[in-house]
Parts: sequence; structure tokens; C-alpha cells
Amino acid sequence: MTQLFKPELVCPAGTPAGLRTAVDAGADTVYCGFQGPTNARNFPGLNFSVAEMADSVDYAHERGAKVLAAVNSFPTAGRTEIWKKAIDDAIRIDVDAVIIADIGMAQYMSKTHPGHRIHLSVQAGASSPEAINFYCRRFDIKRVVLPRILTVQEIKKVHDEIGCEIEAFIFGNIGMMAEGRCALTNYVTGQSTNMDGVCSPASHVHYEEDEDRNLKTRLGEFAIDCIGCGEHAGYPTICKGRYNVGHRREYYAFEEPVSLNLTHLLPDLMRAGVTALKIEGRQRSRAYVRSVVSAFRQAVDCYFDGGEPDLGHLLALTEGHRETQGAFRSKTWR
Amino acid sequence: MTSQLTLGPVLYNWAPERWRDFYFQVADEMPVDTVFLGEVVCSKRAPLFDPFFESVVTRLENAGKKLVFSTLAEVVSGIDRRLIERVAASEEYFIEANDVSALSCLEGRPHAIGPYMNVYNEDSLTFFAENGARSICLPPELPKSGIAALGKKAHELGLVLEIQVYGRIPLALSARCYHARAHDRTKDSCQFVCDRDPDGMAVHTLEGRAFLTINGIQTMSYTCLNLAGELDELSASGISQFRISPQSTGTLSVTETFLDVLNKKVSAAEATATLQECGIGVPFSNGFYHQQAGFEWHA
Repeated sequence: MTQLFKPELVCPAGTPAGLRTAVDAGADTVYCGFQGPTNARNFPGLNFSVAEMADSVDYAHERGAKVLAAVNSFPTAGRTEIWKKAIDDAIRIDVDAVIIADIGMAQYMSKTHPGHRIHLSVQAGASSPEAINFYCRRFDIKRVVLPRILTVQEIKKVHDEIGCEIEAFIFGNIGMMAEGRCALTNYVTGQSTNMDGVCSPASHVHYEEDEDRNLKTRLGEFAIDCIGCGEHAGYPTICKGRYNVGHRREYYAFEEPVSLNLTHLLPDLMRAGVTALKIEGRQRSRAYVRSVVSAFRQAVDCYFDGGEPDLGHLLALTEGHRETQGAFRSKTWR
Repeated sequence: MTSQLTLGPVLYNWAPERWRDFYFQVADEMPVDTVFLGEVVCSKRAPLFDPFFESVVTRLENAGKKLVFSTLAEVVSGIDRRLIERVAASEEYFIEANDVSALSCLEGRPHAIGPYMNVYNEDSLTFFAENGARSICLPPELPKSGIAALGKKAHELGLVLEIQVYGRIPLALSARCYHARAHDRTKDSCQFVCDRDPDGMAVHTLEGRAFLTINGIQTMSYTCLNLAGELDELSASGISQFRISPQSTGTLSVTETFLDVLNKKVSAAEATATLQECGIGVPFSNGFYHQQAGFEWHA
């Protein structure tokens, strides 16, 4: 039998208070970003100033937890200094690793700050051993965050062929498109997921109620869903909207409004050699972070001790109260 | 640097005979210098074209076209990995990498970087150049300011820059096949249902507005990119290769029209009128270039 390693629980924080909440709730590691365009969750009111992140690193380290700085959007030409400064700041305040997506920034960090840990962001979209090993060889990356497009079986194969740790998403929002390779938001709004760090920006989302009290959701000019009374709706994104496609009417062409929940696959992921389990949701509330982090803390510990945790209450925290195991369980999802 | 037209790989699942005949026409009649060949979207499709591959390659080579073999844009399965290895290992040909997976085989060897790779800034441009890239086709969502900045850097590095100027715009990739899903199948049991839509399958909003196009695991624009009016500016920015992405109809006339614009034989407005006539009958867009929503059209 494969030896079971106790994985690191990696939790999101959108604010310093959120970070303290995650640490107190049992996170081994917390990931967060600086204010501005340098990270893939560039939302109003979210993220850390350099001073805030420095204090947060102290708070976490004093309690035995680690902090990862996400510098994981793609700098546009002429603006790379902002990203380089974010990387320099992160190193200076002693974060435990920097999460990077852009190949130019990976090169910068490996040359400027050799010996410091680079984690390859999910936004880099490295899904094969060949791609991951290329990053390992060239930039000495220590960990890859895998795109949410592989089955557990495929993750195991990747694990056996690569020279770095694996971090895998286990809970939270699941985009349908391969990370770092989606320009749908930009096509509709002029704001780019890769370059500006936004997906389906709230500033472009509009709701219109019709006479039957159905709620039409619009992103920019395009209607992306129409939600009937009594239907649970998640946050509107293009890849979870309803459309007319060929012979299909009012059809979720890409995916239904579901959240990723891999609770039941945790032991399999642990056996597949996954080093770190990642919870999505830097934009979520502290209450949400507290519930999800403590539930998974309990679950990981319980599975590790050979038990069977009760995680039924996590469903209430999924988007639209509907969950999926996404690509992870079987190829039939594809 | 002189401007050139290139022909991007066919992104759709055309009947193999149609695919062959298209490339025969490219060899015999199309005024493009470089032809990109190979399956970029779905590794399951690649074997369908194997019976005609050699004759297509021979015909294109005999016609004096420069051939570049494009690799798969997304790598998930063992089949994907083997396809990349097979293509990238063919040492006598010039390879276009569309995923970092292919770079392992190409390090230090002259190659091209395709539009599915994230090249947004001078640092990544430099990295790819030092790694052996000779030409880079920029991602379609780059605005003109970014293109101009990269143009300058590319000039310093002696790197050829390319950009798509016509055809539906690739917007996203997924592990899931949306063609199969629409027909209640999975990617593994798809029975190649994407072959029913030679320009992809249209996605309409519930209000009936044409929105996106599904091409297997790929999501594309519904609109057709047309940068005929921006060619001069692009040339001045340092772009020297202009990529036409094949659609099911009119691709020959499209390349002739773009060549006429490059040679100043027709104006951009005249060209756009011609393109409207010969194309696939959908609205044009150029929003990304103008740093607006990609679907928009700025005449």
C-alpha cells in the first residue's frame, strides 16, 4: 500500500483579518495577494498592502503557519516593474514562497532571488510532466498548482514523473476553462483575466427582473443566464450561463452553476502523492473561510488517522448549493 | 522587414478529403508564404488526417511554401502527450509550440511560439527568444500598446512577430468537449460529432444574440476578427507576419484581399467590403486591438 503523507492545507485570505481567521481555523498555509493587478483576484476591497502582508507573515509564522504570495497574473509590456517589485517585496517580508504564472517573471525570480521557493501558479496551465519538468529545470520551481482538468489517476501519473511537489484544488469555485488560457471575460467586457486579474467583474454584471420575476443576468451587453424563482444562482460567469446551442435550448453549454467539492476524494488525492490541498476563495467572507478551513482541517486529520469524517454541512457552502467533483473523479466528466 | 501572410492551422474537424483538398488549393493558388499544419485542438482528431498528411506536405513543399508544424494547445491525456512528442521530435521540420509541454523537445533548437502561449511582456519574449524561438505569434487579446512595446523588444532580439488578422478568435480551452456535451456524449465517446460544424457550433444568448462558437474543447468568438484596417499600424509596430485563420469558405479570397491591402492595391474599407462578401457571413470584430471588448468593431 502506498504510504499516506499528511498533506498541507492551503487556505485563501483576501484580507489580513481573513488571514488570521484561516490560521486560527487550522490552515497550515495561507495564500494571498498584493493590492493591484499583480494577482489573479484583483477585486475592489480585496488584498494586502506590503505592510499588511508583512504583519500577516509575522502572525502566521508565530503560529507555525506559512504564507504564500500570489503574484500570478500576466504583466503587460511596459508594466513588468510592478510585478517585479511585488516579487521583491514578497521576498523582503519573508513569505515562504511566491506563486508565479508568467514565464518571464519566473525567470526574473529564479535569477534575482535564487534559493527562494517558486510555486508555479495554476494560471501557468502546466498540466503535463513535460511542461512541469521544463519549469523545474529552468526555474527550479518547488511546487506546481495543477490545473483543474486532470483526474486523480492522471495526477498520480504526473506525480510519479515530476521533480516537484503538487498542490491540488479541493474546494470552491471551479472555472470551466483551463486556467490562464481564457479570454472570455475580455471578449465581453474589455477587462482581461490574464492581464487584469479579473473574471466576470462585478462592475459589468447587471441583473434585470422581468414581469414573471425571472432574473436576467447580463455581463456587459450579453445575457448570460435567466434565473427563475426558486432557483439557486451562483455568481454569474460566462462558463456557467445558459444559452441556446444547436438543438439545445436554455442549456448550460459549458457547466452548471456548481462548486468543486473533493471531500470524498481526499484519501485518493493523498495516496496520489499530492503535497498540498488548496481551498479556493480569496474573495470569500471570514465566516466562510472559518467554516471551510475548520471542516477540512478536521477531515484531513480524520482521514489521516484512518477515520471517516462527516462533511455533509459543506454542501451548504457550495455555490448555488450544488457540488461537483469536476474533472477529478473520472474522464466521463469531459 | 517585409510583411508576409501566413496561414494558421485548420482549427476545425473537417472531413479528411475536404482538409486535403483545402491544402491542395493552398499549395496551388493561395498567396501565403508560410503554412502552419497540424492538429491544435484535439488529439483524437489527428489520426483522421494521417492518410492524407504526406501528400499534403509534399504538395505544399513542391509549391515552395514554408511549412511549420503546430503542436497541440492543451495537454491532458497520454494520447496528447504522445502526439506532442511525435510532432515536436520531427527534427527536419520547424515546429510551433502551443503549450510549454512541447518546449522540452525544442530547447536550443530554432522553433516558433504559437498564439496559445502566454507572451504578454518583454521578459517572456526574451525568455522564449533565448530558448530558441525565432518567431512568436502573439496572443489575440493583446492591445495595440502591448503589441507596440513587444515589437520594439522583438526588433532588439531579432525575433519575428506574428499576429492573427482574420478568422474566428480562439478564446478559451477546456478539458471538457462541449461539442460532445451538446450531443449527450463525453470526450471519450464523442464519435467525432464536431465534424458536423466546419466553422464550429454557434452559441446564442437566451435573447437570441449570436455570442460564441464551440469547437470541441475550444471556445471561440462568434465574430470574425478582421484587422485589415490595422495592417499599416501593425507593420509600423514591428509585426511582420499576418496570420489568416482558415474558415470553411472564402479563405482563398480572404488571403488575396489581405495581400491587396499589404500591396496598397485596395483600401482597408474596400477590403472589408470584399471580406464581408466572401467570408462566413458573421460580423467582424477588432475590439481587442483597440483595448475594448473583443467582440466590438471599430471601423
